[in-house]
Amino acid sequence: MAKFRDKIGSGKFVITCEAGPPKGTDIDKTLEELDEIGYLVDAFNVTDQQSSVMRLGSLAVSHRIQDLGYEAIYQLTCRDRNRIALQSDLLSAEILGLKNVLALTGDFTTMGDHPHAKPVFDLDSPQLLDVICQLNSGIDMEGNELKGSTDLFPGAAVNPGADPVEPQVFKAKMKAERGARFFQTQAIYEPEILKSFLSELRDEGVEVPVLVGILPLKSPGMARFMNENIAGAFVPDRVIEGLEKADDLVEESLNVCAWVIRETSDCCQGVHLMPMGWEEHVPELLDKSRLF
Amino acid sequence: MIYSEQKPWEEIESYLRRDEKLFVLGCGGCAAASGSGGEDQVEELSEKLVENGWQVTGTRVIEFLCNKGLVGMRLARVSDRIEKADAILGACCGIGVQAVGKLVEKQVHPANDTVSMGHFHGAWPSEETCERCGECLLEYTGGLCPLTVCTKGLLNGACGGSHDGECEVEPGRPCGWELIYGRLKDIDRLDLLATYNEPKAREKYQFAPEMEKRKSLFWAIEAGEGGENG
Repeated sequence: MAKFRDKIGSGKFVITCEAGPPKGTDIDKTLEELDEIGYLVDAFNVTDQQSSVMRLGSLAVSHRIQDLGYEAIYQLTCRDRNRIALQSDLLSAEILGLKNVLALTGDFTTMGDHPHAKPVFDLDSPQLLDVICQLNSGIDMEGNELKGSTDLFPGAAVNPGADPVEPQVFKAKMKAERGARFFQTQAIYEPEILKSFLSELRDEGVEVPVLVGILPLKSPGMARFMNENIAGAFVPDRVIEGLEKADDLVEESLNVCAWVIRETSDCCQGVHLMPMGWEEHVPELLDKSRLF
Repeated sequence: MIYSEQKPWEEIESYLRRDEKLFVLGCGGCAAASGSGGEDQVEELSEKLVENGWQVTGTRVIEFLCNKGLVGMRLARVSDRIEKADAILGACCGIGVQAVGKLVEKQVHPANDTVSMGHFHGAWPSEETCERCGECLLEYTGGLCPLTVCTKGLLNGACGGSHDGECEVEPGRPCGWELIYGRLKDIDRLDLLATYNEPKAREKYQFAPEMEKRKSLFWAIEAGEGGENG
């Protein structure tokens, strides 16, 4: 069973949803919330100490999600593990039945709640993708033969809103060359930015399927904060004004996301949802997007 | 180049017994360059000690306290004043404190904290940096070292965390990979941005220096005097 990989491989539209492990061991509520929307998504994308905040691990939570009958995309960052730990965790993922892995650099240590931690970054994300492919082929980074290889479907993140964007095009191409089989983007609110980025990628011969990142804006303030602080985020003024004037903020926010999904459905092969507390609104969002 | 900063006076003071006689020793190498162990700082430290009731038997600034051969010769000229002292206050890096401690059978108090250079490689007016990785990548990165200009030391392009050209880590800190991109663009070698750099051989950071390959005048003096690294 590797539904997500098969579906992407067959060119079908896929929906993934971010799942944030809790700060602590109380996993039941998290799993219940995911279970409620599980029927709508092809895979849950489990974050790895997101924003450098120490939490329950993505490996264990990915496993628990698969126990519920859903597929997980196991996120793995280079921030906290050297190459020995990264490879070992990937082998562990395989025997826990995980199918997909998203290779990320990771935010810097000082961004989170353990700013005194030692940042590792022994590898970077293209190197990690390379390692995943090596483990899939039955050897480790040093060329040692494995007794049993992995069969993990590797993905990576791209940042279409970066300015300048050219280095991101180079990097996306490098990630594709190092084995990325799908991309998910940062949150998009202006479809033209994504279309232009994808056009450059296609010009470079990169044909990796792309999932558009969708993060519902909780308030006009959040939109402004993102514009000022979040890498590659761009919320157009008209979107912020729309949120300010809206009678129903939730509905307006979902309308914006649904519009982005519709506008990009011809150039993207899927959606990566980041509800971040708005899991209950996911059915309505997908309904508005007219994906079903 | 090893960068050091003077400790807070309260901390230095806390090391010293009230009746202790002190010889103040500075380093004319890195510590002088760091502004923490040159003539001025040694004089200031000495005056402060006297003001606060300590007896100073003498002062000296010696180039490169890390070089035991040289230090031995220089200290021999002031041996009487060192003899009169109970201890030495070393305005230098941790290496200097340890090296002097091996030469003089007296306690050497550290006046400085040896701090991370933040990849800063010299006190001369220059911002070039080197991690001494043993596998130079400057050819591919426009002459800017990705290990040091990128906070995360990434070898294959920006992480995507920069905002308006600033690193995610702190305001005002440029994204190293944007600098590399800019330089490569300036020299019309953007093609190099497509170079995939393999993971670093990190053990090269850990190996003991191969002294045979690094012979110098200072090395010769050191090896002749101490013989321990030869």
